[in-house]
Amino acid sequence: MADKRYLDAIHDALHEEMARDERVVVLGEDVGRKGGVFGVTDGLFEAFGEDRVVDTPLAESMIIGVSVGMAANGLIPVPEIQFADFIHPAFDQIVSEVARMRYRSNNDYGCPMTIRVPYGGGVHGALYHSQSIEAFYAHVPGLKVVAPYSPADAKGLLKAAIRDHDPVLYLEHKKLYRMIHDQVPDGDVDVPVGHAAVRRPGRDLSIFAYGLMMHEALGAADLLARDGIEAEVVDLRTLRPLDTATILDSVARTSRALIVHEDNRFGGFGAEVAATIAEEGFRHLDAPPTRVCGPDVPAVPFAPPLEQWFMPNAEKIAAAARTLVAY
Amino acid sequence: MSAREAKAVKSPVERTPQTLGVHDRELLEMYYYVRLARAVDERMWALQRSGQAAFVISGQGHEGAQVGTVFALDRDKDWLVPFYRSVAAVLVKGMPPAEIFLIQLSKATDPSSGGRQMPGHYGHSGHKILSTSSPVTTQLLHADGIAYAAKLRGTGEVCVTEVGEGATSEGDFHEALNFAAIHRLGVIFLVENNGYAISVPLSKQMAVPNVSARAVGYGIPGVTVDGSHVLDVYVAAREAVARARRGDGPTLLEVNVPRLTAHSSDDRQEKYRSADEIRHTKEHDPVHVFAGELRAWGVLTDAREQEIAERVRRAVDEGTEIAEAAPAVDPATATRYVYYEHNAPPGRGR
Repeated sequence: MADKRYLDAIHDALHEEMARDERVVVLGEDVGRKGGVFGVTDGLFEAFGEDRVVDTPLAESMIIGVSVGMAANGLIPVPEIQFADFIHPAFDQIVSEVARMRYRSNNDYGCPMTIRVPYGGGVHGALYHSQSIEAFYAHVPGLKVVAPYSPADAKGLLKAAIRDHDPVLYLEHKKLYRMIHDQVPDGDVDVPVGHAAVRRPGRDLSIFAYGLMMHEALGAADLLARDGIEAEVVDLRTLRPLDTATILDSVARTSRALIVHEDNRFGGFGAEVAATIAEEGFRHLDAPPTRVCGPDVPAVPFAPPLEQWFMPNAEKIAAAARTLVAY
Repeated sequence: MSAREAKAVKSPVERTPQTLGVHDRELLEMYYYVRLARAVDERMWALQRSGQAAFVISGQGHEGAQVGTVFALDRDKDWLVPFYRSVAAVLVKGMPPAEIFLIQLSKATDPSSGGRQMPGHYGHSGHKILSTSSPVTTQLLHADGIAYAAKLRGTGEVCVTEVGEGATSEGDFHEALNFAAIHRLGVIFLVENNGYAISVPLSKQMAVPNVSARAVGYGIPGVTVDGSHVLDVYVAAREAVARARRGDGPTLLEVNVPRLTAHSSDDRQEKYRSADEIRHTKEHDPVHVFAGELRAWGVLTDAREQEIAERVRRAVDEGTEIAEAAPAVDPATATRYVYYEHNAPPGRGR
């Protein structure tokens, strides 16, 4: 057990999995000599060599397409898309190839890979270095999508993803890299894909969040506690397959659901959570499932006042929670 | 490699099987597969016209390009990443006609997809044929990945991937050739240039007369051969495979082929090709051109022709019977294998 930053936890998981299994290869833009633009893959090039830590050309479709072939021929690729904002050229490879390989071949071929994707706003990244892309990919059967918040989850979920038989989109929030640190076990951390976790118990409402928004949701719970409102905060961690049992259990206890994400509201991932609660947990509800999301402008604007306007935070979440509790 | 060399079209005339070290036995086996692929393809259309199959995408005219190329592989060891016209290629790679008809009729035992994909989407891990999708050109990057893994794991495998000339306009074409060239991957990019992407002619697809001219831009060899001359294709592919096996990198192998049918059973080519042109295209039919060459070389006799025709007829009829007798797909299977299943039959998936 050691105190680790979110970034270190991801790095350690990569290093340990590459040391454990020689089939694991890392590829992407600047992942080699530079160690990644955020430093996540720092030292892997020196430890495992240029053949297993591949500095690729600047071509996202290539990064994922080559990973498909690697997976078909016995490797376990861990491609990195440098910023989530630049994943779109690889959409076809991910949706048409990666996600469908097992289904379309009737289980003749699998496509095990972990696509690491730094995402999210609050980092002065503007429209093209701040995006959240989970809604596009969580929609696709055949993919698994995870978005850890705690350093221990970041390590455990990355190891689980690399060992998974199926492709996993691993969303790591850029703002969390150096912002948070916590105790992380040495070696393996048991965090299976597909399980949410109640991070703070409460009885008055449930707040569902993931990634950076977990940090804000926990902050909101502190604010609410001052007013005597006890919020239960649930870290979804895995978006697909979604742990609906933990979500519905929580709503059964609190009767109120607040769903938080920084991605745009319309058609966002929160809509799926809200629909699940409405369809399967209606009898427990005392108020409509409610969302706190990024506003419906195309992407996060740059100037600090604009970015602050865009990003959900503890105050905005707490305000929505008060309204929900008073419903 | 200069641009001039890349554009050079190889002439068939001076070279003979003897000078090229190709035995009669190999030539006759190639001829068998060219004929078999044509007969299988014709049966696919017959099954569609009789209402048993909903759709056909054809490889007629492409047989010489595919047979010549796949014959240059170690068919047990090497990989094929096909496209939707790969009837001949998958036959040579090891798929018996019965498997192609199971795919064509979308039966439960369709080895490529269990009836999930349209006909023509070949794949079979046992034959080292990667599963095919419909978006064109994505597969070239998969071939790169297979070859990269082969290099890293030291398996010595080479990979052939096929694509039409229209698909070379996609960005994945550039990305795949570039990556393969950088890492000197053992990939043969086989471009089967039939002059049309559905209805769009070559002149509206690119401003150069040959796809292979682009090889210069990647620092790899690019050659164009005439797919009616199967031996020429084989010799060019043999060179490309040897180069790949040596670790010297990929080759862009463009083979000009006639498209002898409409794009698919849902296309009417008379709308965009003149009757004259369609008639003229038949002069390049590899079945007839190859047969003529084999006779001129003294390799093919009437007796051998008859023997091969009988072998082909038997293989196609038996394959059809097996596929027709196979069970239909049970809709209850439709939810299987979205994700890995622990109880799956051994040897499939991972």
